[in-house]
Amino acid sequence: MIAHNFKHALFCAVVTMVVAYPILGLNLVARGTRVGLEGADTTTLIAIFVAAVVVFAFQLYRDTLMAALGKMPKLNPLAHREPMPQAKRVKMESWVLTGIIVLALFWPFFVSRGSVDLATLVLIYVMLALGLNVVVGLAGLLDLGYVAFYAVGAYTFALLSQYMGISFWMALPLGALLAALFGLVLGFPVLRLRGDYLAIVTLGFGEIIRILLNNWTAVTGGPNGIGGIPEPTLFGMEFGRRVKEEGNTSFHETFGIAYSGEHKVIFLYLIALVLAVITALVIRRLMRMPVGRAWEALREDEIAARSLGLSRTAVKLSAFTIGAFFAGFAGTVFASKQGFISPESFVFLESAIILAIVVLGGMGSQLGVVLAAIAVTILPELAREFSDYRMLVFGAAMVLMMVWRPQGLMPMRRAHIELKRQE
Amino acid sequence: MLDVQNLSMRFGGLLAVDQVSLDVQEHEIVSVIGPNGAGKTTVFNCLSGFYKPTGGKIVFEGQEVQGKPDYKISRLGMVRTFQHVRLFNQMSVVENLLVAQHRHLNTNLLSGLIKTPNYREREQKSLDRAAYWLNRVGLLDLANRDAGNLAYGQQRRLEIARCMVTEPKLLMLDEPAAGLNPAETKDLNQLIVSLKEDYHVSVLLIEHDMSLVMDISDRITVINQGRPLASGTPSEVRENDDVIKAYLGEA
Repeated sequence: MIAHNFKHALFCAVVTMVVAYPILGLNLVARGTRVGLEGADTTTLIAIFVAAVVVFAFQLYRDTLMAALGKMPKLNPLAHREPMPQAKRVKMESWVLTGIIVLALFWPFFVSRGSVDLATLVLIYVMLALGLNVVVGLAGLLDLGYVAFYAVGAYTFALLSQYMGISFWMALPLGALLAALFGLVLGFPVLRLRGDYLAIVTLGFGEIIRILLNNWTAVTGGPNGIGGIPEPTLFGMEFGRRVKEEGNTSFHETFGIAYSGEHKVIFLYLIALVLAVITALVIRRLMRMPVGRAWEALREDEIAARSLGLSRTAVKLSAFTIGAFFAGFAGTVFASKQGFISPESFVFLESAIILAIVVLGGMGSQLGVVLAAIAVTILPELAREFSDYRMLVFGAAMVLMMVWRPQGLMPMRRAHIELKRQE
Repeated sequence: MLDVQNLSMRFGGLLAVDQVSLDVQEHEIVSVIGPNGAGKTTVFNCLSGFYKPTGGKIVFEGQEVQGKPDYKISRLGMVRTFQHVRLFNQMSVVENLLVAQHRHLNTNLLSGLIKTPNYREREQKSLDRAAYWLNRVGLLDLANRDAGNLAYGQQRRLEIARCMVTEPKLLMLDEPAAGLNPAETKDLNQLIVSLKEDYHVSVLLIEHDMSLVMDISDRITVINQGRPLASGTPSEVRENDDVIKAYLGEA
């Protein structure tokens, strides 16, 4: 076995050296007006050599290593337990979720401002991932341009507040509805495509929206973005030190407490929490409704679904539109949280991250998606100390995850509708 | 109720179906038979709207349906099964039947989100209807299993039940007996006759199993190499020289 792998391992090691030397070893140095090329120093050379040896060793023992990795689930004590009966499982899941929500309600009052801010971001990603979960996980449509709908939501709020002075609470439904409308309009031409083709078209759509926002300087401010987006108010009470808008009062004066910047952050967090919970509940309900069943039926077997009188366009469009609607929700909250948005925030990487959350969490599983959203948002923050290697660590974690548990953190267990015996 | 006139289907240079005519009257079981590759399934695909026929007319209950999208044809009451079973494997047996009742259900999003009494009533009705049909095809005990885990014969029966909950007027069965053992075929035989007798459904059948075809068909159309060869009652077809030649080869 090892003899068989030897040639392959040697080849991989050589490739490592050939690739690594020009990338890491060669440096461009400015010498006056000219640019010179400098060879690698000794430490880099040694590092490259060590890397090659590591690759060589890994490839040589690859089969053994991967087999060991495959055995890892056995370390998981829950791996081989009997599946719970559905009624019990649903009950437990709803208890766990309620517990998490109650905890999340009180948690921000005891932690630092930075953590609450980060948690708000996590909740925005939870909303996005739950929305994309409808499109990818339930309806089985691979959408790589999901961030476009997020951008539509955010820019709707930003533009409406800039030109028409509309408040957060007005913009929230408008942003979501406009995003849904974009979903509908995009959906019409592309939904006869499937699989890879659909993915490519949605990818293109995402980029078109971003480039449009970037270049339509007269309206969107182009790469400079839009600033001064107002924060949400609580029944006309503002959270700033001074009241900005005529007729509003300020929160701390009304309640006679000292001004604190934290009020605003916590309020925004609570809004995001409520919206995320609403998103989860609505989608949970949709999954058990005829629409949800139609999504899954179409994913399972499109031809059979059509032969039973399900309109492919109507069913796919509904999934696309509802997914976009929640992205619009998330976008509005995001714009309000940041106070400033630019096309920079809506690049393809965002779509990829949201998709990664859905896949990591387990397609179609809500609890899994929530956990994955937390993990994916917080991990890079925790790994901030590694700065340069952040994305590397992130990538490695993803690869390991896919090898070890390809079905996601908590794979979807469908909640069947059960036929009760009426004896 | 169904009248097909000079149906043709051309794929590039291949004329898969050439001037086929057939008709199904109310309360009748009509079979389409023919050697492998004769174009029977292509006829079915044209009728159910999966293919747009390149020529001819299909009239269903006085309405021309050729070229209409498949889901619209299905909603008119022409529902088919498939040569290879096509179930929603990861959904439970009863959910398979609920999906089929999609157009009968209240699909209004809001009334579902807040669970209006009307919505609940309809949901319950569709569950009852599903239970009724599961009982009818003998699958009630397996209602909460994944459809993909059923035995092959059970999957076949579930597919027929799934068509029946849509309340079709004309049921099109594409080789329903394929892969069934003789006992199961006999059950199927009785089931199809009962659909006609008790539920007033007309049946258009593609089948290779001659005993099934000869037993239950009121009329038979034979297709060979895309062309209609003969049609008539089972005994007429059995005696027809052209049919014997096509099936047994020329002596």
